[in-house]
Amino acid sequence: MIIEAVTQGSSTVMTILSIFLALVVGGILILFTDPIVTKAWSSFFSDPGNALAQSWDSVSFAYSQMFEGAILNPSTVSAAFHGGSIAAIFYPLSATCAQATPLILTGLSVAIAFRAGLFNIGAAGQWVGGAIVATWLGFGVSLPIVIHVIVCVIGGFVGGAAIGWFVGLLKAKTGAHEVIVTIMLNYVMYDLLSYLLSHPAMLQQPHQTNQIAPFIANDANLPHVGGPAPQAGVGFLIAVAAAAACAWLLSRSTTGFQFRTVGASPSAARSAGINVEKSWIWVMLLAGGLAGLSAATVVQGTNTQLTFNSYGTYGPDGITVALLGRAKPWGTVLAGLLFGALHVGGTYVAGATLNQVPDDIVQVLEGLIVLFVAAPALIRAVFRLRATSGTGMEAAAKGWNG
Amino acid sequence: MTTLTAAVRAPLTADRKWLATGTFAFLGVIDVLIFGLLAHKGDAGFVLSASGTIHIPVIKVPAAAICYVLGALTIAIAALRGTFDLSQTQKRWAIAGVLVFFLVALLCWADAGAIPLNIIGMGQGALASSIPLILGALAGCLSERSGVINIAIEGQLLFGSFTAAIVASAFGGLWVGLVAGSLAGGLVGLLLAVFAITFLMDQIILGVVLNVLALGMTDYLYDRLMAQNPNYNTGVSFGSIRIPGLADIPVIGPIFFDSTIFLYITYVAVIAIQVALFSTRWGLRVRAVGEHPTAADTVGIPVLWIRYRNVILGGLLAGIGGAFLTVGSVGSFNPDISSGFGYIALAALIFGRWTPLGSLAAALLFGFSLELALVLPTVNPVLPPAIMNMAPYVATIIAVAGLVGKVRAPAADGQPYVKA
Amino acid sequence: MKLELREITKRFGSLVANDHIDLVVQPGEIRALLGENGAGKTTLMNVLYGLIQPDEGEILIDNEPVHIRSPKDAIRAGIGMVHQHFMLVPVFTVAENVTLGVERTRGFGGLLDRKRTRSDVLELSEQFGLQVNPDALVGELPVGIQQRVEIIKALLRDANTLVLDEPTAVLTPGETEDLFRIMRSLREGGRSIVFISHKLKEVQAIADNITIIRRGQVVGERPPSTTGAELAALMVGRAVQLRVSKEPAKPAGVRLTVHNLTVADERGEPAVRGVSFEVRGGEILGIAGVQGNGQTELCEALLGLRPSSGTVSLDGNDLSAATTRDRLRAGIGYVPEDRQEDGLVGAFSVADNMVLDVYDRPPYASGIALNLDQIKTAATELVSEYDVRTSSVQTPVGTLSGGNQQKVIVARELSRDNKMLLASQPTRGLDVGSIEFVHKQIVAQRDRGVAVVIVSSELDEIYALSDRIAVMYEGRIVGFREPDISEADLGLLMAGSSAEAESRSVQDALPPDQALELPGAVEGDDAE
Repeated sequence: MIIEAVTQGSSTVMTILSIFLALVVGGILILFTDPIVTKAWSSFFSDPGNALAQSWDSVSFAYSQMFEGAILNPSTVSAAFHGGSIAAIFYPLSATCAQATPLILTGLSVAIAFRAGLFNIGAAGQWVGGAIVATWLGFGVSLPIVIHVIVCVIGGFVGGAAIGWFVGLLKAKTGAHEVIVTIMLNYVMYDLLSYLLSHPAMLQQPHQTNQIAPFIANDANLPHVGGPAPQAGVGFLIAVAAAAACAWLLSRSTTGFQFRTVGASPSAARSAGINVEKSWIWVMLLAGGLAGLSAATVVQGTNTQLTFNSYGTYGPDGITVALLGRAKPWGTVLAGLLFGALHVGGTYVAGATLNQVPDDIVQVLEGLIVLFVAAPALIRAVFRLRATSGTGMEAAAKGWNG
Repeated sequence: MTTLTAAVRAPLTADRKWLATGTFAFLGVIDVLIFGLLAHKGDAGFVLSASGTIHIPVIKVPAAAICYVLGALTIAIAALRGTFDLSQTQKRWAIAGVLVFFLVALLCWADAGAIPLNIIGMGQGALASSIPLILGALAGCLSERSGVINIAIEGQLLFGSFTAAIVASAFGGLWVGLVAGSLAGGLVGLLLAVFAITFLMDQIILGVVLNVLALGMTDYLYDRLMAQNPNYNTGVSFGSIRIPGLADIPVIGPIFFDSTIFLYITYVAVIAIQVALFSTRWGLRVRAVGEHPTAADTVGIPVLWIRYRNVILGGLLAGIGGAFLTVGSVGSFNPDISSGFGYIALAALIFGRWTPLGSLAAALLFGFSLELALVLPTVNPVLPPAIMNMAPYVATIIAVAGLVGKVRAPAADGQPYVKA
Repeated sequence: MKLELREITKRFGSLVANDHIDLVVQPGEIRALLGENGAGKTTLMNVLYGLIQPDEGEILIDNEPVHIRSPKDAIRAGIGMVHQHFMLVPVFTVAENVTLGVERTRGFGGLLDRKRTRSDVLELSEQFGLQVNPDALVGELPVGIQQRVEIIKALLRDANTLVLDEPTAVLTPGETEDLFRIMRSLREGGRSIVFISHKLKEVQAIADNITIIRRGQVVGERPPSTTGAELAALMVGRAVQLRVSKEPAKPAGVRLTVHNLTVADERGEPAVRGVSFEVRGGEILGIAGVQGNGQTELCEALLGLRPSSGTVSLDGNDLSAATTRDRLRAGIGYVPEDRQEDGLVGAFSVADNMVLDVYDRPPYASGIALNLDQIKTAATELVSEYDVRTSSVQTPVGTLSGGNQQKVIVARELSRDNKMLLASQPTRGLDVGSIEFVHKQIVAQRDRGVAVVIVSSELDEIYALSDRIAVMYEGRIVGFREPDISEADLGLLMAGSSAEAESRSVQDALPPDQALELPGAVEGDDAE
């Protein structure tokens, strides 16, 4: 059964090896597109040492920059010893946490739906729903200080939940497969966002020709630590709290039992008296709400204005985060942190190499990691490991008819 | 269990008949209230001849009146659907009729009082928009009929279009580009096959991951290569080929027989796969593998080989569809050029009940809505482009939710075959 | 051809499914392979057919060793197999299924030659008396006809030895007789047959020689004249009380009333047509009938899993419009036909499965929070009370044997305070020990005053448990009878005929002192 195959997936060792292999493949990709390296390889036979040296330099530079941007920059440590700021040591980690926040939340969105047997490919559309509501509440409504923040956050949840609820309703009432509906809704929401951002009467910033929303009120921003953007803040706490809530819900509550039963075997659930359709609606509502929360944490960051492509890659990233985290809430947090680090690192590398290594490399790395994690047989073959008892995302019994 | 009847355990929560009736009635009401009542004064005009062919005068019709009439007819069909038990064929005619009426009413409404619509141009555009959808759906058909779910059509289209563009621009010209695009799609197909069939990964997740990878790769390579060096993305594209004789038929000729090589490839592919699947030994074995792989295995049919072959073939076909998006039309590649078409192709496949002819019909419908989204805002500036862009996606949702009915995928679709 | 299996051994991990098995089938012989569920018969046949490879041993044909690595090799060697679970594609026609893999084509491109295929099928059909319609969709055919298609499929490939794996599991007594006739006709034609079964009486009726297999080993070879008791003892390894002993029923008042129940199947056709019956507390009503006559739909409708019209009331409460959950809460215990699909969640632990329908009620939950400790304790108690063999209550239930899985379901359903119990095919695929256990539990429920309905296509189970028998045919109950009805007459009812006088001539055609009783109904030596 797919769900427990994902949740009881391969061991930590396999995960680490998968990440390593992905970095190797990513490294090869970096090499292929570095003009200095390709030039060096074209004269490989006359100067093999140069080709290898250039290759090593290119890849190690890229990855070391990623590390410095996302985790720790050794120069800040030595600077601290010489009277520099201690806080600066933590800026990379803070950035990682900040980037991880929306990823963890969309990851939770996908993960919780997955535990109930649903593929929520539409976290992006739900994200947009939440963003629209949170933004509008942010600039269009005036509220006292703490209340404003909370209302916007709740608004984000509601906006996303509405979209999620709609998907669940369609599946429950008409049997429409959620993969197609969610993907289609994604595009619908992108277009809706674009439309709203083109009219000042709706969400467009006045006197603007671009599709961009106004800044939201200062008192609606989520507080955060100091340092250069992006900074970790209350958003991160929200993400962790959400993960804790999901963990409790899934393993210790009756609702979670219901969701898991429906996900593992809808027919057994029905025979046991569980209302499968209602479960679908509720879980999609929740999943949508989590994606909406993700939007709220972004939209309510400092100096952010909602634009027509603010949703970025949060949707697909949520899927990869959830898969890497084995659809378990705490695993999702860890996976979110890893991918957050990759994102921060990617931006840093793009800057450091003057966009020779664009930050899209991160998307590729993410995809590769998930692919390798999902195919332990492949990892085993590459690293010549013996088969362990753990299996990967194998033996799916799920087809179009669920 | 020795019974063969597959038990559908879930009670349907909405009776299909009422769903279809409701959808028809909904569309009919839109015909009357929105298209009819809200139409501008004036006539809608339709241009039906292209230059160089027999001249047909422009057809002008009173827009609002037509909408009312069509709306009334649609509601009548809705009533029939709800009252009588129609046969399968009658149900399909009903859907076709309602959709055609809706489209005509939409066109009348959009064009009321404005410059006449060029039906020939729209037809050509709709057909062109459909090509990646049809080829994508055929790719899905080949794969799923043998039992492997292919969500990665999007990735195959994307990768195919990128590879075709870059190879055609920098390495060899149009035909080489076309072949390269096809191979790129085949490569994604190979990945799908290996991870699904040998590594037993869940096929829906795998498809999504492959799409994410394809998007990431093409974005990365675009930034790295194409953005830096315009020689890698020159925008070359195929010209159209006119089929003499056939292209002179009024109305139909210019639409169906004056286009790039891709359209003709599509015709051949649809017919070939339809015949092969249902009338040849090849097709019987493929379907056996998709319905009951154990039974096929016990009579000596190589299940895994057939699945590998079909998935890769599908990828090659989808790669051609992707190539069309660049070298077959606009020429240059830009990130996410496939914008969800792979998923629409999948919906067309399901809507078409996993048959080539059915997918063709569905894909044409979606292609037409894509074309409308492009054309109508230019004709009638009232229509906001952003909302019109939504149209094909909303149409897909309505189709999948309201009109698809009880579809039966090949029985073993999505289930990896593991010998006991 | 002479077929010999020598020293065949097959292991699955630590389980030895076949342990040095020897089997010889002479040309023109009907050899029976007798053993209970789980003895290793199907594994052996899968080895013979090339679906799995043996760890040791060899196969010889006419004294020459052959290597059978795939079904293709087996077919080439002249072995044809009719599997227990049919290898037919439901959406293909009879002709397409029969010729799959050896299709007739014409022209170029491999276009199917449907005309020639049809005539091939009809030819074989006439030759052996296997009436079939080549253009019928297999999925719509009754099971008995599907079996014929499987046989024709094997014959088309020039099978010399036919292996029939539990072929009578889904046949009425009349259809079983037809099958035996066909088998004799094939034997006259020089073919040999391996007949795999766990049904004593059938094996005695048709076989020339019987090989008994138990726990993967051959434990004996006997002629068909051997007594049923001896065969049963060899099969099971001990004296078995094959029919549960029970006190006569003491029925009380009517508890379950079903009136004019009509249920549609997936295609909208009526599967259950106006069925009505009553069951009293302390009584077992056995619904007999061949699979596919509406029993499944009836059970699902009673549980509210399918929409239906008509009324269902339990102890005076009208449940006709109630949801499944409400019906379960109203006091229905349900043992579903497909335990792995509908009765259990294979990935969940034994403990979780024990509370599948009561997880949200005290003491297992307080409000929205689960009481995990309480669940664990209750499960541990039930596991011991119902003798479920598992290392812990946290083991995934999917890893348990079929018998233990069924015990989990029985424990869950019967430990509640039920007013009514509905059990569908409660002992399908179980070994004798588990069958005994489940039957005992069902009788115990009855003795507590519960109104019990069992649905079964195993006649011996119907006879063993029922206080009253109802026969379902094509969606209707065609008769209520007492359990003293002869099997021949019951068989006729199940086949739709009500001419009970027919049974006389059928009886005369059989060997003396062998009424057409199905095995398992041995007047066993009582508990010793």
